[in-house]
Amino acid sequence: MQTIRATWILQDGRKVEADVPLGHSLMEAAVAHNVTGIVGECGGSLACATCHVHVESTPVALQEPSAAEREMLELAVQTPTATSRLSCQIVAAAALDGIVLRVARF
Amino acid sequence: MGAGQAAASLVAKLRALGFDGQLTVIGEEPSTPYQRPPLSKKYLLGELTADRLALRPDTFYRENRIDLLLGTTVTALDTTARTLVAGKRTLHFDLLALTTGARPRELPVAIRGSLDGVHTIRTRADVDGLAPEFAHGRDLLVVGGGYIGLEAAAVAAARGLRVNVVESAPRILARVASAETAAYFRELHCSFGVLLHEGVAVRQLCGDSRVCSAVLSSGVELAVDFVIAGVGALPCTELAETAGIRCDNGIAVDARGRTSAERVWAAGDCTSFPWRGSRIRLECVQNAIEQAECVAADMVGQTASYDPTPWFWSDQYDRKLQIAGINTGYDQVITRRTSARSQSFWYLRAGALCAVDAIDEPRSYLIGRQLLQARVSPDPTLLCDTTFDLKNLLTHRVPAPAR
Repeated sequence: MQTIRATWILQDGRKVEADVPLGHSLMEAAVAHNVTGIVGECGGSLACATCHVHVESTPVALQEPSAAEREMLELAVQTPTATSRLSCQIVAAAALDGIVLRVARF
Repeated sequence: MGAGQAAASLVAKLRALGFDGQLTVIGEEPSTPYQRPPLSKKYLLGELTADRLALRPDTFYRENRIDLLLGTTVTALDTTARTLVAGKRTLHFDLLALTTGARPRELPVAIRGSLDGVHTIRTRADVDGLAPEFAHGRDLLVVGGGYIGLEAAAVAAARGLRVNVVESAPRILARVASAETAAYFRELHCSFGVLLHEGVAVRQLCGDSRVCSAVLSSGVELAVDFVIAGVGALPCTELAETAGIRCDNGIAVDARGRTSAERVWAAGDCTSFPWRGSRIRLECVQNAIEQAECVAADMVGQTASYDPTPWFWSDQYDRKLQIAGINTGYDQVITRRTSARSQSFWYLRAGALCAVDAIDEPRSYLIGRQLLQARVSPDPTLLCDTTFDLKNLLTHRVPAPAR
């Protein structure tokens, strides 16, 4: 199975690095690697915002958020910033190898 | 006792709150706790493999010293001695949480006999048994026009099956949604070729050893290759009842998740609890998680009252229905129609907002949810005015609607 390397920076500064299969969301991968602070209550359904991250760095620009994700970021996330994304909507693709995400408050 | 969503959330919260004692989760199914919503959606479609259903990886339980007794049935519970019998072992407990969930109601034997090919959807094994039935061109009969039935119908229609949905109430989603919401989904399913029979019951399933046809109360006879029954769920309360724990439409708990037995709590689909003047039972992920976390907090002495704003979602075809609140007792429905696909239906009771059904309109769902949480009721004329940004309702600055 093809994977990319992803890193999460936890709220206490620790880092978790893992291989994420192509096609899996970064939320699913975070849960699979016990990344504290990423929950995914709605299973990636854009209903809960418990997978909120800040994109610390990415090799290529991510696809723009959908209208539904934008609504969630505006209305469901406590303190959204310009780098805020819902990680259930970030899908692992080869071009994203090396992406670094910072776990955010939801 | 029980190894589903509520159990997973409960034990995770206990460790997060610093509970350091021994933790054991007992479940009848062979898998570690897993997500049920995808069973009638992506998993049924074959878009998600079984390994991706797990709520937590195995390492989570190891790292948090949570013992899992899977594929194990609890056969006896003694709340005075504080013991239970799991498989062949008698276990002692100091604190017990009942998270036994619910089981699907089966079609009455008088209707289904002992025919093969009649399915319900609750567990992964149920859906694994269904997968071979899902072949293009086959005839599926869905009994029950609630969420399970409609989601299964959507998956089947998308896979090229011929689908009939039979709902004995006057309309689909009768128990949970308004005529307006039902109309939206009626039109959606019909556009995909699903045949709906509303106000009609299944009189008899027929066949030799396998179902091959169904006779409806309307007199219509349908060719049927297999049946999916989505006719409700019953809370798993048998062990609690035998143990003398008070049950009332589920294991009865108070606002802290405590049952009538000392040192015994309950959370999730199996419970009924006090909510805004009545006692309710909720069948949703939100309740399983939040009620379980409330129980965990109470167990470690950090008690808070469980007073949720329930929320729920259902995916059918490419449409996303998001619901906030509970519409029981509504007497008015306001329609907000952003487009043919994006609509929301706002339920009022004596002028006060009590729930929102939003389809492909996340803004309405999110704002409705916040209004419900804040117990704020908006001016109904603003709800149907699509030139008015509902976000203004949250900040209490309500400008005159644009004309």
